[in-house]
Amino acid sequence: MSTASVTHDVEVIQQGPFDMFRHSWVLAKRSLVKTWRTPEGLIDVTLSPIMFTLLFTFIFGGAIAGSTADYLVFLIPGLIGQNIAFASVGIGIQLNSDMSKGIFDRFRALPISRVAPLLGAALGDVVRYVLLIGIMVGTGYALGYRVTTDPLSFLAGCLLAILFALCLAWAPMLVGLIARSERAVQGIVFMTLFPLTFASNAFVPTETMPDWLAAFANANPLSHLIEALRMLWSGGDWHAPVGWTLLWCAVFVIIFAPLAIRAYNRKA
Amino acid sequence: MTSDNAVEAEGLIKNFKETKALKGIDLAVPRGSVLGVLGPNGAGKTTAVRILATLLRADGGHAKVAGYDVAKKPSEVRKRIGLTGQYASVDEELTGRENLHMIAALLNMSGRSSKARAKELLEWFDLTDAADRTLKTYSGGMRRRLDLAASLTGHPEVVFLDEPTTGLDPAKREDMWDVVRDIVKRGTSVLLTTQYLEEADALADDIVVINHGEVIAHDTADKLKRVVGSQTLRVRPSDASQVDAVNTILAEVATDGAPVDEYRPGEYSVPVVDDSALATVVGKLAAQQVAVTELSLQLPSLDEVFFTLTGERQRPTADDATAGEEQEVSA
Repeated sequence: MSTASVTHDVEVIQQGPFDMFRHSWVLAKRSLVKTWRTPEGLIDVTLSPIMFTLLFTFIFGGAIAGSTADYLVFLIPGLIGQNIAFASVGIGIQLNSDMSKGIFDRFRALPISRVAPLLGAALGDVVRYVLLIGIMVGTGYALGYRVTTDPLSFLAGCLLAILFALCLAWAPMLVGLIARSERAVQGIVFMTLFPLTFASNAFVPTETMPDWLAAFANANPLSHLIEALRMLWSGGDWHAPVGWTLLWCAVFVIIFAPLAIRAYNRKA
Repeated sequence: MTSDNAVEAEGLIKNFKETKALKGIDLAVPRGSVLGVLGPNGAGKTTAVRILATLLRADGGHAKVAGYDVAKKPSEVRKRIGLTGQYASVDEELTGRENLHMIAALLNMSGRSSKARAKELLEWFDLTDAADRTLKTYSGGMRRRLDLAASLTGHPEVVFLDEPTTGLDPAKREDMWDVVRDIVKRGTSVLLTTQYLEEADALADDIVVINHGEVIAHDTADKLKRVVGSQTLRVRPSDASQVDAVNTILAEVATDGAPVDEYRPGEYSVPVVDDSALATVVGKLAAQQVAVTELSLQLPSLDEVFFTLTGERQRPTADDATAGEEQEVSA
């Protein structure tokens, strides 16, 4: 070991009310670097969406909508909703691994807001959702899907989907913080998501379902998001579904964010 | 600040459901010193460290670290401490330098100072060559060093080292010891937990022995060893015909006329009261021209101390052979 002299004059940025956001950003950058280093971790937002699009279009297209082209208009927003939900398991697994590897102990012993590591992880995930939406719409375009409204409406749909993903993410984050292994996180999240994604308007019109199931599917937050995307991208009155989607976003955050923060404070 | 202690804990209590992890322990680390907290697995060492590092709340008692109450002013405490846990808490997918930059940024250091600090720490810990590789490529020892470097990023006043060498091979362990000594030389106070008796002996000014959540002894290493009993003087004459002469000399210095014991074939030992017995024996052996191949004064090992205090045997460690302290004199 060398014994280089250590100086103690450190320039410290003044502490202020924006610390939480600055620290979240530092930790979001950490997620981004990790994503960049292990691109295979992006399979669930790149190759899987392509596979889903191809499978659903050609298997169900004829049966459900009469032709693949007609089905795409219905399917692409539905698949985006489903894949956003599936991709949210990633953040739960990441938090669980951070916890088991002890890096959260380091963060918790630092003078930073207890929210920053969670918010940072969520913000770092934005890039995954951007990729997912881009690839899904791109694959759709290759198969003949077209956004028939205007670029602004398309952008609004993208932003709404990303916001929804970030708010929904607090639920898998909570699971990630309380489950005892990564495998458990995966099991719990998927077990919840499968009924949530299929008992929705993602793949078939809810009118074809029995009443009780249709009632569930119509109230399903994913159905509202998917309906909003269909209206924004293919035309129609988007006000109500967008409103419901935003309401659900708020509900997710109000319920799951405090629970996740509490779990993080307790455990880690 | 009114106290000269970097860490001060009184009556810390922590229960996990039915388990009483801490039953009211007191700890004190005088500024600039090293306190070794020694105990077997499950003794409560890590629980105590986690309370002092603000990661856990105590159910009873109170503690001050760097002058601030850990329960009332945790963020003030966090600004002044570094924590290195049993498992290296650094990000495997980032490089060494990125890890340090991240910690520095979270400590609100400016970009310039965080770069300078990272460079300085990487040099200090011999990690400059590996600085831009991800931690996945690091050896266990390198990870521990980076972990410690991360803990020192913000120039903490107090550093908690929770079993810093568990799982390291003996050579790496001694490197780590050098680093700890280096940290202390720079004025940092250290609370170190360990299962290795000789680690506490090598590093700590004071040692607290805890078992089942209770402090069972608190003293310096040397004094602790004396608790167990007297020291042992051992002599091996080179010529077997001089055994009687050796025995006579040993019998003269033995505590309370204790009998000379043949410790190993050809090696004789007696308990003695103090260090001066060694000089006396050397003088007499020389005067009577008795040649010896081995002559040593041994303190009991901390292992024996632990046994005396708890009545429980420690699991054997790889280095128990070197645990005893020896003052060898060639004659």
